Amino acid sequence: MPKDSGIGASSKRREDVRFLTGSGNYTDDINIYGQLYVHFLRADVAHAKLNGVDTKDAEAMPGVVRIFTGADFEAVGSIPCGWLITDRHGDPMQEPRHPVLAHGKIRHVGEPICAVVAETREQARDAAEAIVLDYETLPAVINMKDAVKADAPKVHDELTGNLCYDWGFVEDNKGAVDEAIKGAAHVTTLELVNNRLVANPMEPRVAVGEYNRSDDMHTLHTTSQNPHVIRLLMGAFVLGIPEHKLRVVAPDVGGGFGTKIFHYQEEAFVTFAAKALNRPVKWTSTRSEAFMSDAHGRDHVTKIELALDAENNFVAVRTETYANMGAYLSTFAPSVPTWLHGTLMAGNYKTPHIYVNVKAVFTNTVPVDAYRGAGRPEATFQLERVIDMAARELGVDPVALRRQNFITEFPYATPVAVEYDTGDYTATMDKLIDIADFAGFEARRKESEAKGKLRGLGVNCYIEACGIAPSNLVGQLGARAGLYDAATVRVNATGSISVMVGAHSHGQGHETSFPQVISEMIGIPEDQIDIVHGDTSKIPFGMGTYGSRSLAVCGSAMVRAAEKVINKAKKIAAHLMEASEGDIELKDGRFSVAGTDKSVAWGDVTLAAYVPHNYPLKDIEPGLEETAFYDPANFTYPSGAYACEVELDPETGHVKVERFSAADDFGNIINPMIVSGQVHGGIAQGIGQAMLEGCVYDADGQLISASYMDYAMPRAEDVPFYTVDHSCQTPCTHNPLGVKGCGEAGAIGSPPSLVNAVLDAINSGAGKKVAHIDMPLTPSRVWAAMQ
Amino acid sequence: MYAFEIERPTTLDAAKAAIADGGQALSGGQTLIPTLKARLAMPEKLVSLHSIAELKGVSTDGEGRICIKGATVHRTVGDEAGAYPALASVAARIGDPAVRNRGTIGGSLANNDPSACYPAAALGSGATICTDRREIAADDYFKGMFTTALAEGEIVTEVKFPVPEVAAYEKFIQPASRFPLVAVFVAKFADGVRVAITGASETGVFRWAEAEKALSDNFTPEALEGLKMDPDHMIADLHGDKAYRAHLCAVMTKRAVKNAK
Repeated sequence: MPKDSGIGASSKRREDVRFLTGSGNYTDDINIYGQLYVHFLRADVAHAKLNGVDTKDAEAMPGVVRIFTGADFEAVGSIPCGWLITDRHGDPMQEPRHPVLAHGKIRHVGEPICAVVAETREQARDAAEAIVLDYETLPAVINMKDAVKADAPKVHDELTGNLCYDWGFVEDNKGAVDEAIKGAAHVTTLELVNNRLVANPMEPRVAVGEYNRSDDMHTLHTTSQNPHVIRLLMGAFVLGIPEHKLRVVAPDVGGGFGTKIFHYQEEAFVTFAAKALNRPVKWTSTRSEAFMSDAHGRDHVTKIELALDAENNFVAVRTETYANMGAYLSTFAPSVPTWLHGTLMAGNYKTPHIYVNVKAVFTNTVPVDAYRGAGRPEATFQLERVIDMAARELGVDPVALRRQNFITEFPYATPVAVEYDTGDYTATMDKLIDIADFAGFEARRKESEAKGKLRGLGVNCYIEACGIAPSNLVGQLGARAGLYDAATVRVNATGSISVMVGAHSHGQGHETSFPQVISEMIGIPEDQIDIVHGDTSKIPFGMGTYGSRSLAVCGSAMVRAAEKVINKAKKIAAHLMEASEGDIELKDGRFSVAGTDKSVAWGDVTLAAYVPHNYPLKDIEPGLEETAFYDPANFTYPSGAYACEVELDPETGHVKVERFSAADDFGNIINPMIVSGQVHGGIAQGIGQAMLEGCVYDADGQLISASYMDYAMPRAEDVPFYTVDHSCQTPCTHNPLGVKGCGEAGAIGSPPSLVNAVLDAINSGAGKKVAHIDMPLTPSRVWAAMQ
Repeated sequence: MYAFEIERPTTLDAAKAAIADGGQALSGGQTLIPTLKARLAMPEKLVSLHSIAELKGVSTDGEGRICIKGATVHRTVGDEAGAYPALASVAARIGDPAVRNRGTIGGSLANNDPSACYPAAALGSGATICTDRREIAADDYFKGMFTTALAEGEIVTEVKFPVPEVAAYEKFIQPASRFPLVAVFVAKFADGVRVAITGASETGVFRWAEAEKALSDNFTPEALEGLKMDPDHMIADLHGDKAYRAHLCAVMTKRAVKNAK
């Protein structure tokens, strides 16, 4: 019987009631008395020398309070980057200044130049049209390989060229890798593009700045996945506001997908302007602004070589990747193509020699940073594509080739610095073959062929490093912050519990799943437990939600805090029952003395803690509230095997995803329904990347795919009903819940199998053989490849 | 959006007067409202045709033509033009339910988006576009991308569709906008076949004369074998180059013939 509460139960998402009834409290729902509105005048050219800004006429327009320009922010800090990469030669990456408002130079379409603050949104927008910019257009740098040429125009005049860093990993392995490839029986080489994406959360970004003169307190309400990170970055590095004078609130957030991790100029602006004008200032992004100001994702150009011996064992992998940084370094941008990508190049396979080279490049485009999966989808895609390509070249079964090379013994230290603690890749592959009904594929292919269609089946495996991350390790790798998390378990007098967590929930369902853990530990109903998140004034600290870390890291902190609470409560219970603490047991919300019929209820103990009339005051303090910080010992390593089955119309190139199956190993699972939902959403995004989504700039740096008229998001009709299974469970060995994280798996694991399936379909036909097609696999691209 | 006045007349005469007075006609607003939101147009006054009862409805005239009043929304046509199934099917597949509940046939034909559905149906059916001033044959109405025979301020009041023996509309959608990347309306009448193509050409909706000739002799997909669209005037964009669109013209025409009923 499935459980109906606690760990393992599919408890219904309690937050959905407010989301589905229009009762959510999003940042744009926050309106403060006296509030002003800001409209940002944004660059409509990609690269220009900005000689001057004439705001005189605009300032005289109705309702205008003040117009800010880059000159107003000269004394203000640069928007900081949170990760320092050291290159192949031991030198630090090039790190340009990132101003709040453009000053002296424009570096991408959409960069904010002026901020018009007015009584209404429309007045601010009207006035922005009256601003006169004096600029000289410069040649734009868009293509990464052109950008690193010696004579390329420079995005940042003060830097040495447009190369941010040239990273080699592991540099000492390079010679051995080159040798192994030279001596290999077969080498498969694949050049590919991992397409640039726009995250497109349903809720665009919003920021409201507020300042209170009476206590010199700044408050920023913002659409963030990690309010404490924003407080640290903006307070310490940009505006110089100490933490105790800066509160950051991220209320309900309508999807993040990574793009709401980062600290953006608009947040710094509204906080700065609220104090300067002594009135609240609000900014709400339009969807058009989101396309040209939210950090984009992916955008890698890669060459990968896979070397095999005569028995088809993988002997070496060598890659060279150009990674687009955009015009400035966004918060985590340098870490994505390096530590979140290079460390995953072993995949699920025991390849002994691996070398990864990454050249990060500045271009006149929107900054690029983490997007669901962040580096790991890029690693998975190239590896799982080149394996499929090798299988085709060698004429072997792609599943068999994978199985033959699986890592089977754990822990396993890869040649790219990480150690997988657990996994069972054979089990997830076996499960996949069952749930995807490989046995019935040939019959389905014949049915498709009878209709004049081609049918293809594609598989891939994936591994990801989640639960980001051990602080001492990431510190060595260049992170400028620790990546632990924190939780406070506050037990109220009558026994209900508020848990303040550093993780932020913006679709993940923490408000439902986290209480399930506490309910399981204490034995009180889930509805007696609430999660509080998203407000630096309410929660102890937190590094936020990304990298599938919430449960593995923050959930672990919560467990540690709850253990402290339970230990203290046992002492109180022992006192109340005049028993020895060591004999106290907690079960189903009651403390009992082992071997006796004596017991007290959870609520009696909590009441005693706050009304300590009969209480061991000499030994313990009143109250029942504990905080824990948790720093993981290792990453977690979710893994799985995915299969996609497509039907292709050879006359038009149209691809329909007919079946999609996912067998994941997430370790232990708290709420299976929420986990399935996370996988579903991730696969939808993966199908989006593989078939539909492509962010395209022209040679002048104009964003061509700047609206939903040209940027295709996946819709319900584009995706099938998924078959997902997470019954293969090898629990994480180093966190108290044995959990691994599931938020990014779907997006990481799905694009390669879709592309593999389309190529299988094409190559099953009588027409031209096709080795590779770059994503997105739009009908026109597929058709063109087949001609 | 810039500030504007709006009038909501309840008769065609009042609407004409308001438009003559400098107003901009607003029908379903599926193009005009996004244009206003993007501040790409700055009308001082909008004249909504939404509340004019005489501009709504689907009927059949004495010649058996399906007559659709100009401000009739797509959903109504989808529901009520069953006597001309291919036409009802065009209307029922435009955009999404929100678009179909607001967008109108008159608005679509007046705008003449090169990727809109209704122009293909009107041209492919040899419809007559009636305005507050005159009647215009479809062959004389479409003058290129976003351009029609309408004079400034002229209102589409009704569109009259002769009902063919068989017809079909085959649409291949652009993945982002879900407008036609290429869509073909084929109609077989007693006196010949009409083939109208939307989405494909830089000059907007057009008739494919060679296909019409071949199909008038032999209304089968096989009659189109070997017939190729000249890619020269095709649209090229992110979603398909000229060669792809030209290829789709032939594929979609064949499918329309096959599925015509």
